[in-house]
Amino acid sequence: MRSIVPVLTVVGVIFALWYAAAIWLNAAWAYDKAKRADVALSTSELVADTWSQEKPRLPAPHQVGAEIWKTTGAMVAKGRAFSKRSLIYHSWITLSATLLGFALGTGLGILLAVGIVYNTVMDRSVMPWVITSQTIPILALAPMIIVVLNAVGISGLLPKAMISMYLSFFPVVVGMVKGLRSPEVMQLDQMRTWNASASQTFWRLRLPASMPYLFASLKVGMAASLVGAIVGELPTGAVAGLGARLLAGSYYGQTIQIWSALIMAAALAAVLVAIIGVIQRVTLSRMGMA
Amino acid sequence: MGWILFAVGAWIVGWALNVRLARLAPSRAVRLAMPVLFGVTIIAIWEGVVRGFDVSAVLLPAPSVIATTFAASTAILWEDFVQTVIKGALTGYIIGCGSAVLTAIAIDRSDFLRRGLMPVGNFVAALPIVGMAPILVMWFGFDWQSKAAVVVVMVFFPVLVNTVEGLQAASAMQRDLMRTYAASSATTLLKLRLPMAMPFIFNGLKIATTLALIGAIVAEFFGSPIRGMGFRISVSVGQLALDLVWAEIVVAALVGSAAYGGVALIERVVTFWHPSQRARS
Repeated sequence: MRSIVPVLTVVGVIFALWYAAAIWLNAAWAYDKAKRADVALSTSELVADTWSQEKPRLPAPHQVGAEIWKTTGAMVAKGRAFSKRSLIYHSWITLSATLLGFALGTGLGILLAVGIVYNTVMDRSVMPWVITSQTIPILALAPMIIVVLNAVGISGLLPKAMISMYLSFFPVVVGMVKGLRSPEVMQLDQMRTWNASASQTFWRLRLPASMPYLFASLKVGMAASLVGAIVGELPTGAVAGLGARLLAGSYYGQTIQIWSALIMAAALAAVLVAIIGVIQRVTLSRMGMA
Repeated sequence: MGWILFAVGAWIVGWALNVRLARLAPSRAVRLAMPVLFGVTIIAIWEGVVRGFDVSAVLLPAPSVIATTFAASTAILWEDFVQTVIKGALTGYIIGCGSAVLTAIAIDRSDFLRRGLMPVGNFVAALPIVGMAPILVMWFGFDWQSKAAVVVVMVFFPVLVNTVEGLQAASAMQRDLMRTYAASSATTLLKLRLPMAMPFIFNGLKIATTLALIGAIVAEFFGSPIRGMGFRISVSVGQLALDLVWAEIVVAALVGSAAYGGVALIERVVTFWHPSQRARS
């Protein structure tokens, strides 16, 4: 709790810098406008102008805030929460792909980890490839995966979820392998003296012991999964989703729209990771681990 | 039909060989041979399935076709490699990691700053920063400068967070020892705390290698001069020239693995004293 003051200070400084940078980056355009209108700008007018331009190089925080409110809260108030102009709609599209990909990736990751822990052949032949797979910039594959799956007739949610899955399975595999191997020799021997079968050892010892590792990986995997979903939306040609908003914004120079989509994505990431954090705390405390 | 049998045969032979190898004592050669064998098996199955089922080249080209394209278009691939990897990713990686380490050393001097910046840094490290790409492309233009900027932003926070954590790794006892030697804070930093931080810093650097490539390639989707790996990938996908796309991906995979391996190798030399490195040799 004693971190609150420093954190607030840092956040405050970031906002101050943001406002200052907005003045600095947008000043050129403000001067340009003033020159054409043949008026001299006073400092206060300059500041006011740089913070309220229509297509600024860097929108001020309150402009982004207003845009987010306009496309979320205000739309809800009008009862059009899921219209195509609403950021809630786009967030939902991205969120659904993220969650599906996350679920698939977690499932695949846990299965692979169990295979790797229980099978020497898999451990020695697959594990190096799992690690290599992450040194490949998979996001480069995103356009191809989308186009190819489209050609086979799979479109919509699944191709994006596949990219999310690829990004999120790795942390889960690595974390779960470490977690499933975390019981000590003594504990494993204890299970043997109780004549426990392999499945009993798995369900009663290895799996519970791996939980702290699993949750740590789930947080990383969730963040990666969101990145995958956003990038997966780029090549579909700006149809729907936060990634599409980013792309459309960059096509039409709508910087405020880009920033609002970006902040929305950040908020989404924060909320998703926080939810896992809460589940982690509840689960681990009920298991008597935290 | 022959090709399908070939795929099934490759699968059985590869699996059987790996099972046989797994029973051997895990010597260095066996450790290396097993993943290689696994990879070769996958490629053989891929080749067999694509040819056997007559999969269209628009969906999935066979490995042999990709290899041919790779050999035939080395000039294009090299041009893209220079544009994306050398100019974009490498420049950004050096600037980003360098400034992150320097910032971490500066932050470390103030407890207040550290407690304030760490939660923020951890938070930002989890954000989808790739999304900054369109903005940075708008600010820095279409050429490699904007790609380098995206890479800087992407690698900065993971390296920062890891370095700050690493600078805390020296124990109170070790610091006290430095004090009894009357070491100045600069000497303590150079001789004790930075070396102790190295495993953490390298952890961050390793994460950053992959991020740097991703950043440089994805930033090209938002606008690029007519060369670069990301540009070539998105254009070739549009032209359904998937063999060229796969050739680019092979380049990306090679670069990614080489960069990761290179950093891991340097780590081994620098942090030879660390238990995780000693255990392996």
